[in-house]
Amino acid sequence: MLSFILRRILIAIPTILLISVFVFSLQKLLPGDPVLAMAGEERDPEVIAFLREKYRLNDPIPVQYAHWVGNAVRGDLGMSLRTNQPVLELIGEKLPVTIQLATMAMIFAMGIGIPAGILSAVRKGTVTDYVANVVALSGLSIPNFWLGIMLILLVSVKWQLLPASGYVPFADDPWRSVQVMLMPAFVLGTALAATLMRHTRSAMLTVLTSDYVRTARAKGLSERRVILKHAFRNALTPIVTLSALLFGELIAGAVLTEQIFTIPGFGKLVVDAVFNRDYAVVQGIVLVTAVGFIVMNLLADVAYVLLNPRLRSQT
Amino acid sequence: MSRAATPVTADAISARDPVLDRKPESRVWKKFRSHRSAMLGGVLVAFFVGMAILAPVLPIPDPAATDWGAVRQAPSAAHWLGTDEIGRDVLSRMIWGAQASLLAGVVSVLIAVALGVPFGIVAGYFGGWTDAVISRCTEALLAAPFLILAIALAAFLGPSLTNAMIAIGISATPLFIRLTRGQVLSVAAEDYVDGARAIGLPTRKILTRYILPNILPPVLVQATLTIATAIIAEASLSFLGLGQQPPAPSWGSMLNTAKNFLNQAPWMALWPGVAIFLVVLGFNLLGDGLRDALDPREQ
Repeated sequence: MLSFILRRILIAIPTILLISVFVFSLQKLLPGDPVLAMAGEERDPEVIAFLREKYRLNDPIPVQYAHWVGNAVRGDLGMSLRTNQPVLELIGEKLPVTIQLATMAMIFAMGIGIPAGILSAVRKGTVTDYVANVVALSGLSIPNFWLGIMLILLVSVKWQLLPASGYVPFADDPWRSVQVMLMPAFVLGTALAATLMRHTRSAMLTVLTSDYVRTARAKGLSERRVILKHAFRNALTPIVTLSALLFGELIAGAVLTEQIFTIPGFGKLVVDAVFNRDYAVVQGIVLVTAVGFIVMNLLADVAYVLLNPRLRSQT
Repeated sequence: MSRAATPVTADAISARDPVLDRKPESRVWKKFRSHRSAMLGGVLVAFFVGMAILAPVLPIPDPAATDWGAVRQAPSAAHWLGTDEIGRDVLSRMIWGAQASLLAGVVSVLIAVALGVPFGIVAGYFGGWTDAVISRCTEALLAAPFLILAIALAAFLGPSLTNAMIAIGISATPLFIRLTRGQVLSVAAEDYVDGARAIGLPTRKILTRYILPNILPPVLVQATLTIATAIIAEASLSFLGLGQQPPAPSWGSMLNTAKNFLNQAPWMALWPGVAIFLVVLGFNLLGDGLRDALDPREQ
């Protein structure tokens, strides 16, 4: 197992290096000279020369890249132009907020998507199956920022049941924190629920026609036991791995959800950085998200092997 | 001799196996036509395409014309879907907004296909180092979430509809590289491709005559489904202020303004969202239907 994990880490290294090349070259896409922008209106030649030296802009591009990637490996992703804080520190501050939102969204997604997928597969071809599929497809087609706006309109403005925006740290007031996050988490979880439902349905349909399920039925086990104990447990493997792979969608969805509900998380940091032209932060976010996605992929692979006894014995 | 041979009569023709005799295209079309949800998707897409094309000739007010005497008016006979915060007609802006959304969806997918398919073909057909380099780059780009990548690119390129389309197109490219590469790997192993190589056809001809036509159906399905994703991505970028710039109408930017007036003018937020939902649903249904119709296992 350890050698399998090490092998996967080794495979991930060139991918991470390529991502770093891409993120670094994003800066080179910028029109104009960034030093001129930093030097202010006076554009003092001495200041310009100092800044060029400071940011090593006189070096050839491969040397600049090596320097940048060397710093990134040591956890130095540069400084935010707006807050003058290290980028990694800024990301570290905002990440727990998004992790709370993402966790709650995932609970919603699994709570809705998995039972709906099981029900849809068990009742294949019936009205339940049809309705579940229509709802899932609608969930995939609704832009989550619009769903958020509509929920604010109904739940907060009309019925005044939940707050429309804001954030309370979980450590300060757990109940209030969950209450404030309920609506954004539901919005973020909807599209994921639809994806999970479709995959659960497909995995269950495959498993339900297998020999061991037929045997379990032949043994006279109750249908509930056959579905939950025999079929679902075996269908769980692809579902668990898919859940890990939904990380990317969660982070991307969080950008818009946090914007609508004014949640000071990772997603809002991206948008604020974009509008403040805080490019070091944008670069840092893309790099951290991509590395996070690779780590989640790795965990998904490990989970897949751990959940599948046949693969476990091969590694 | 000729009398001994079975004459080809009308009865004999009708007695032939209808499934075997039917051309593949007509089989696909028949399957597609019988797919009710795909037809619904087609109707939805056709409706919005028609709306976008006919926008200049429809008897609707100028989408940029402001009317300070009709600010945030509820739906009425004069303004069917109401007016916005500076008195512009919501219906007119919604109809014109269809142009931006559909254009962004189609153009960004065309960019992704134009870049992704050639790279995928090269990676899949030539293999070796070329494949290794292209595949690693694809994996690296796939690691960054689609929207984050599009936001980052749009931010660096500058906010505009054209840059949003480029950003979305580039972000969707790895998807097409991976799909095409996989398809080429499977098609290149077929006997007819071996045969083409054996008779000494040049690589360019093998690629254009044998490989490309056989990998197109899954690319077409993926393109249809990606248009749906691209429309949501354009609306998201415009919502964030990185896509279509005011005063030009776009569903995403309409929603961005509407969220500030939820209490006073809820209709401003309702219709652009309904439009996005319906057109995306249309492309999703169409894509699902195409996939079923083009899948030989479903015949």
